[in-house]
Amino acid sequence: MAIDLKQFHDVFFEEAEEHLSAIERLLLNLDVTRPDPEDVNGIFRAAHSIKGGANMFGFTEVSAVTHAMETVFDGVRGGVLDISGEIIDTVLRGSDVVRGALAAQRAGHDVDAASAQTIASQLERIASAKRRASPKGPAAAAESPAPGSAEVAQPPVPVRGVSDEAGRQTGVSAEKPDSSHDFGFFEENLPAPSDTASLARGGEHAGAEPMTLGGTHAHGAAENLSIRVSTRKIDRLIDLVGELVIGHSILRREHEVRMSDSVDTMALGLANVERNLRDLQDAALAIRMIPIAFVFNRFPRMVRDLAQKLGKKVELTMAGEATELDKALIERVTDPLTHLIRNAIDHGIETPEARAAAGKPETGKVTLRANHQGGSIVIEVIDDGRGLPRDSILAMARERGIAVSDSMSDSQVWQIIFEPGFSTAKEVTDVSGRGVGMDVVRRNIHEMGGRVEVQTEPNAGTRISIKLPLTLAILEGMSVRVGKEIFIIPLSYIAESLQPTAALLSTVAGRGQVVLVRGEYLPVVSLADAFNLPGDAQRSDEGILVILEAEGGKTALFMDELMGQHQVVIKSLETNYRKVPGVSGATIMGDGRVALILDAAHIVGLCHSRLDRAA
Amino acid sequence: MAASILTVDDSASMRQMLGFILKSAGYEVVQAANGEEAMTYASEREFDMILTDQNMPGSDGISLVRSLRTLPAYGRTPIIMLTTESSDEIKSRGRAAGATGWMVKPFDPNRLLEIVRKFVS
Repeated sequence: MAIDLKQFHDVFFEEAEEHLSAIERLLLNLDVTRPDPEDVNGIFRAAHSIKGGANMFGFTEVSAVTHAMETVFDGVRGGVLDISGEIIDTVLRGSDVVRGALAAQRAGHDVDAASAQTIASQLERIASAKRRASPKGPAAAAESPAPGSAEVAQPPVPVRGVSDEAGRQTGVSAEKPDSSHDFGFFEENLPAPSDTASLARGGEHAGAEPMTLGGTHAHGAAENLSIRVSTRKIDRLIDLVGELVIGHSILRREHEVRMSDSVDTMALGLANVERNLRDLQDAALAIRMIPIAFVFNRFPRMVRDLAQKLGKKVELTMAGEATELDKALIERVTDPLTHLIRNAIDHGIETPEARAAAGKPETGKVTLRANHQGGSIVIEVIDDGRGLPRDSILAMARERGIAVSDSMSDSQVWQIIFEPGFSTAKEVTDVSGRGVGMDVVRRNIHEMGGRVEVQTEPNAGTRISIKLPLTLAILEGMSVRVGKEIFIIPLSYIAESLQPTAALLSTVAGRGQVVLVRGEYLPVVSLADAFNLPGDAQRSDEGILVILEAEGGKTALFMDELMGQHQVVIKSLETNYRKVPGVSGATIMGDGRVALILDAAHIVGLCHSRLDRAA
Repeated sequence: MAASILTVDDSASMRQMLGFILKSAGYEVVQAANGEEAMTYASEREFDMILTDQNMPGSDGISLVRSLRTLPAYGRTPIIMLTTESSDEIKSRGRAAGATGWMVKPFDPNRLLEIVRKFVS
């Protein structure tokens, strides 16, 4: 029977990634002077587990490197090898190579066999530089009762230059040792019944300590509370719930149209369905939520490596790792966060000498924090470095042709660092070579429906806050009308709304219409004009103004009428049609009509860049 | 009625693969992720055969074999250890614990089925 083992690869890749993360975490926490035996064993186990799967699926490079890692840590746990910073660094490099090899396997590319061979040799060399010839006492004895027993690890499946396509398909590894040794039976334990044999066996085991059943049942059950589910299945579930919500809206509206508002069974029934739907929706969305620790966990290693590379001393503190957010957001927030932390270390934290000269402790602090605030999650990157220099930023902006003025507020100045073209040459030669600029960071965050704000104090440090909606699927919005069309404005961007009087409105040459609100002149955008629609309101006092607030500014939107507040299910315009500037998505209202969701941040940004250029 | 096999391995990918191989050959398969789970399942129903990984966190395959043999229903049930090492030491400890046999990982799925068929229909 030919079995294609490829279908099990994905699960293995995920498992291997978990093991690699565990190895990294344990390594970074290891105290070189007094390594915790539990942690050492944990590293050994994790490497061993990856090796097992790699052997099974024929990933020879991964197998060779993890075998070498396993040998090193077998030595450490046996007391034969002392842990050192060099060993930790080498094993960390080894885990990087393994990760790279797995990624290559996953993508179907060639694995870098040379670097795998190199790191495996380095690790084997370390492993063979033993302190003693034989293992010492209890640690080794846990595995084998016999004194001076042979090493547990077997010689590795040898790494060969020739790739083994057929072998990978069927799981038959061409490098398998002599096949006559790959299984065997113990005659005396074969089930052929024999009274003396079973009696002897029974006698032998009379004194054996059985595992307790009652106590461990609950333990076993608790451990099995989670399963892996494909995100596609979850997305399908959420889509269905979304459709249900829309369907319910239609029914309710139909009912409202037909009936008066007297209490009746239909209304009660609909209310009941609505409650259940909301709960169902919350539960479905909650399935996609995972702790942000998944993102945060990669940073201790990155901070360590980067600080070393830049000759700085940095201590990373993390808080709120258990805060959950949508899986899709987790993936998309990783790159921006990485860039912000890199910046904090590269540009924020000063060198130990500079810090000492400024009267600060030599070791800089970078804090990563996440918590829920209302319907959003807030992630902050805080450093106690040199802070952002207002004047330098303005000067640099002028140099690069970005429109600025000295009268800009502090928060507007800090937003300049996100302008495309502002990134300094230093930032573009990123340590990872990716050339990600702050403008991409802000764009990514906006695309997630979030916003990023900056606070800073010279010499004290900088705090960058990212605010994201908890999920990409639904939105709290205000529905508004322009002529016959309905638009949705995300509630989180609405500062206030007001009825304008002619007295408050004025036209400024070169700037268009502005309105005076609380002592501030805000640009006015007519939705009817922006979307080329016939609006009803002819005069300013016939319509209504909604003040939008986004990073660095406010804008007033002029429209005919405010309809109401809704929780809407977001449908992507991009996947169904194409990307439209100023619009972040669409939804289907209770009466079956389509309403466009406004991209508030984009609209505010447009107005202000227009204004600033005119200044 | 199809013969039932209990497979024990802490690796989900191994469990999936074993399950696939055995189910395709017509066996009923129950999977356990560790020794404690395996003991729970084994005490709730009688399996025709048990395949267990040797190297698992917590209690390993050999102690599972030892514990299984103390259950009255499993005095003679075929129990095979799947192990990445075929050292004499592991083999002798497995034998002493009461394992029926052993098989090295990585294994040839067909070989595995041959061995299973030897003990269960």
